[in-house]
Amino acid sequence: MMDTDRLAATLAEAVRSRTAIPPLTDEVALDIEQAYDVQDATLELLDPGATRRVAKLGLTSRAKQQQMAVDEPLYGWFVSGSAVEPGIPLEVASLIQPRVEPEIALVTGAELAGHDVTTPEVLVATAGVMPALDVLDSRFAGYRFTLPDVVADDGSAARYVLGDPVPLADRSLPLLGCVLERNGELVDTAAGAAVLGHPAAAVAWFVRKLAHRGRSLPAGSIVLAGSLTAAIPVEAGDVVRASIGQLGHVELQVT
Amino acid sequence: MRSGVVSVERMTPADHADALFAARRDRRPIAPRSEADPTLTVEDAYAIQGALVSRLRDGGEGEVVGYKLGLTSKPMQQLLGVDEPDYGPVLSTMVHGDGAALAVDHFIQPKIEAEIGLVLERPLSGPHVTTLQAADAVGGAVAALELVDSRIEDWRITLVDTIADLASCGAVVLGSQVVAADGLDLRTTGMVIRHGGEVVATGAGAAALGDPIAAVAWLANTLASYGVTLEPGQLLMTGSLHAAFPVAAGDQVRADLDRLGSVGCRFV
Repeated sequence: MMDTDRLAATLAEAVRSRTAIPPLTDEVALDIEQAYDVQDATLELLDPGATRRVAKLGLTSRAKQQQMAVDEPLYGWFVSGSAVEPGIPLEVASLIQPRVEPEIALVTGAELAGHDVTTPEVLVATAGVMPALDVLDSRFAGYRFTLPDVVADDGSAARYVLGDPVPLADRSLPLLGCVLERNGELVDTAAGAAVLGHPAAAVAWFVRKLAHRGRSLPAGSIVLAGSLTAAIPVEAGDVVRASIGQLGHVELQVT
Repeated sequence: MRSGVVSVERMTPADHADALFAARRDRRPIAPRSEADPTLTVEDAYAIQGALVSRLRDGGEGEVVGYKLGLTSKPMQQLLGVDEPDYGPVLSTMVHGDGAALAVDHFIQPKIEAEIGLVLERPLSGPHVTTLQAADAVGGAVAALELVDSRIEDWRITLVDTIADLASCGAVVLGSQVVAADGLDLRTTGMVIRHGGEVVATGAGAAALGDPIAAVAWLANTLASYGVTLEPGQLLMTGSLHAAFPVAAGDQVRADLDRLGSVGCRFV
């Protein structure tokens, strides 16, 4: 018998105490829908009554999906206070085992809803795009988890950094180049197509998944559309920078 | 004078070039040159490359129309234990247009990679070329594919092996438009390459030595020690934006580059 509230309490306590725990599925059987129930309950414990406005997508690359032996992405929500403001360093001690991913984020200008939302519909509803860094912090030791575990754990969501939004205009999101640097050294490059072929396709998946759970994505939502490269671990002293095509760059200092 | 040592006649650059020429002609790979002569230096390897280019030109393979850079990414440099790139000539007969059909049996063990090609508008002479001067000399950019091939068995190459073997160049396919390079930020120019419609890899210009323009400056400065100047109209293949992958007959490959357009070829 799955106990949503008990699992949510375990996860919320891991977040608060910054202490890694074993995967939930070591103990209980959990399917994907139950895992999203645990996610909802955990978010409610951590950030009661808040409106979820900033989402993140994960497992949006074929390589990652193959690695996890799954064929769909996942989503999570950032709780209030997760934004790292420009110029403010991230304290590594405030998290368990942070990793950073460069992403393209979209901000919506209209509500998106429905079981058959398409990529073009997402683009029409997109008010702006921006470079972003997604700071992950799995609550499971060593990032060892199954898909239901990481879904329950809010997609490892922890912190995020956003650049300034710019209009989509005639930019081709799949061809925006991403340059990831740590302490001035090139770590990796990629392009927007690394995310399900098109970052807006990942958002369309998200909206369809929300519809499946009886929800929609309101205007003014921000979605970090999925990592363009492999996640990199960070430690105190690191400066991570992602430059995304003509969107500019976004930087994170770690202390 | 050491005595009692039977000296084996050291192979000359021309001997190595002959062996590589025959390997190309017969599509029969040979042992690494670094095994045939473990004393080979980078200088020796470029001398072999020069001798091989002379033989190819004499054999009707056309003229040098540009250069390719190799080993421009950190993973490739680490793989070969080096900390700088290498280069080789692009001969006119190696260059194909967008959509070309390439016969795989013209090659030994072909792999494909997407790159940013640059076209020079002004000459560039090292050894003191800055990236600013290199940017000023570059006129245009073009979406490009490079077919890399090794005449060395199983790609068992060290730095000197690939240098001697024309930096492992096999063929170049160019997109149909050359875009003015002015105002393009090549570092963050994105690339996606598809194999039969499936995304195989993505990357950005910075994968080539941090900046394709820096690759041009490096080449101009390196060629200066051989008394060579880069000339207007020359094509510079600035280095792969992702890990090369093998291709076989029947394969179709297409790369799209932000603002540069697309380039593709098929293998028969």
